[in-house]
Amino acid sequence: MAVDMTGKLTLGPILYHWDADQKRDFYARIADEAPVDMVYLGEVICSKRTPFFDTHLPEVIDRLERGGKQVVLASLSEVVIRRERKMMQEFCATDSHEIELNNTAGLYDIDGRPHRVGPLMNVYNEATLKWLADKGATHVTLPNEVPGTVAGKMAQAAADLGVGIEVQVFGRVSLAVSARCYHARAHGRTKDNCLFVCEEDPDGMPLTTVTGQPFLMVNGIQTLSQSYVSLVDEIGAMQDMGIGYFRVMPQVADMVAVTQVFAERIAGGIDGDEGAARLAALDLAAPLSNGFWHGREGHRWFGPQAA
Amino acid sequence: MRPELVCPAGTPAALRTAVDAGADAVYCGFQNATNARNFPGLNFTPDELAQGVEYAHARGAKVLLAVNSFPSAGRFGLWRDAVDMGARFGVDAVIVADIGVAAHVAEHHPDLRLHLSVQAAASSPEAIRYYVREFGVKRVVLPRILTIPEIKEVKSEIPCEIETFIFGNHGLMVEGRCSLTNYATGLSTNMDGVCSPAAQVHYDKQPDGSVATRLGDFTIDRFGPHEQAGYPTICKGRYLAPNHEDAYYAFEEPVSLNLARLLPQLIEAGVEAFKIEGRQRSRAYVRQVVGAFRTAVDQVLAGQEPELADLVALTEGQKQTQGAAASKKWR
Repeated sequence: MAVDMTGKLTLGPILYHWDADQKRDFYARIADEAPVDMVYLGEVICSKRTPFFDTHLPEVIDRLERGGKQVVLASLSEVVIRRERKMMQEFCATDSHEIELNNTAGLYDIDGRPHRVGPLMNVYNEATLKWLADKGATHVTLPNEVPGTVAGKMAQAAADLGVGIEVQVFGRVSLAVSARCYHARAHGRTKDNCLFVCEEDPDGMPLTTVTGQPFLMVNGIQTLSQSYVSLVDEIGAMQDMGIGYFRVMPQVADMVAVTQVFAERIAGGIDGDEGAARLAALDLAAPLSNGFWHGREGHRWFGPQAA
Repeated sequence: MRPELVCPAGTPAALRTAVDAGADAVYCGFQNATNARNFPGLNFTPDELAQGVEYAHARGAKVLLAVNSFPSAGRFGLWRDAVDMGARFGVDAVIVADIGVAAHVAEHHPDLRLHLSVQAAASSPEAIRYYVREFGVKRVVLPRILTIPEIKEVKSEIPCEIETFIFGNHGLMVEGRCSLTNYATGLSTNMDGVCSPAAQVHYDKQPDGSVATRLGDFTIDRFGPHEQAGYPTICKGRYLAPNHEDAYYAFEEPVSLNLARLLPQLIEAGVEAFKIEGRQRSRAYVRQVVGAFRTAVDQVLAGQEPELADLVALTEGQKQTQGAAASKKWR
């Protein structure tokens, strides 16, 4: 094949409330064994969870960097109360690492200094992309629901602006966030007295329809897809479009094996069919989907093998 | 100060009805994906909007044009045209959510008032100040997630007007950040302006007389033979969870927002405009709700106890909530 096989594999932030030991062990293994180029670290979903891991952050950053990974810090997605506003201000003062913003409050605080823009921000078109790039955005991860036809146009516009474009290629997709905590609600509590019940569900709390069909996953204030997105076959087309960064989201799965599949696919070592077969062999906890990329219902799977 | 009553105009007839019933301003959109209520049979052609602006202005009411969805790459022209037409027809403000669209308004229509849609999800003073600083936004529509003390605090920290929802449908997810509908139907709330599209709604009658409501392939709720089956909206559905053997409202019960009783506190908090949701509702509904709120707001301003009986009657059979406004416990 004469196709230019380029692109970097990134590991998105852990969206769930894993305990500190779990996270440390996870990142130690990623540092040692996972063929990822970049790791996004930080609590994106719930400001109440941050104290549990903050003290371990320097050690984990060090471990990952010694493993040759670039570390990018990711911000909160919901900024409402005083504590969250202060956290965002402090976060935007970070000068040790690149940072990814997931809320417009950060765009105010960063005030034109270089930053990345995360997938929970709404960057859907060239005009928005250009505006953000002119104000310091160096890298944008597209919203999960963006179809390939749109992603291709964004990659083209980004190339002219010198902005990196990233797309999530594996894991549950975020479908909604709320001010209300649905984990707390499921247990008859409220956000303020949640007792961190979300910790019981390291891969999310499943919501099933009354007819028994798996549908959504609750993660605190966030609602995700039940299915795992997999764009392992589509990576070739993405490379042709000029998309340069491919994001894998941490799930309760053998993430070293998952990242190996994607790394080999990006390098052109395996084709889409083989990638799909290797993922299928991992006994993943959820069916695969790729409908959003194909401009269809997000839950659908278009591929060689109905997972 | 006298807060503005901002009322829904899903059709030209509803616009006239709302203006006649005492709306200070109406909001409406074009018949395409450029606004967040892109439903069949709703919204305005360019001619209808031009006439609507004339009708409203002749009676001292304002017209706010909602161009508040997110253009995807390659489709920006449709949103640009919507804004440009609105400016040409003399609308009093455009309501936007997308940064690119806001930048277009600021650059090409510097004299056109810019309102920030709830779809922009600006829920902190910093987020709001960003849009004020960058685009000169004059008013923000606040997400329905803040308590009244929080609204007051936001107001004290921002250099623009605020508008809050006081009545109507009560969405649970942060607006502008929800792709639940797209996951089930292939149509995007952000990019296509569609939430729970009717074309993909199904009412499946079961042999026992019960009805399962479905959106795309997913059953959203089930109703007994004698129950009224609700419209299937994902965030108002009933689902099973590991600690819920019986289906439960995982997000929220199908309730309707009604802050009528909180009007005095909202005015005291500094809210400049009250928004009534419901561009998809009938003229009769618009007439009653707008009329009742006109009376209630005027009574509060006159220092009287507001007469709320009409509003309570309107929501009869539908549960009401004060949502996040009354208490942090809502979260």
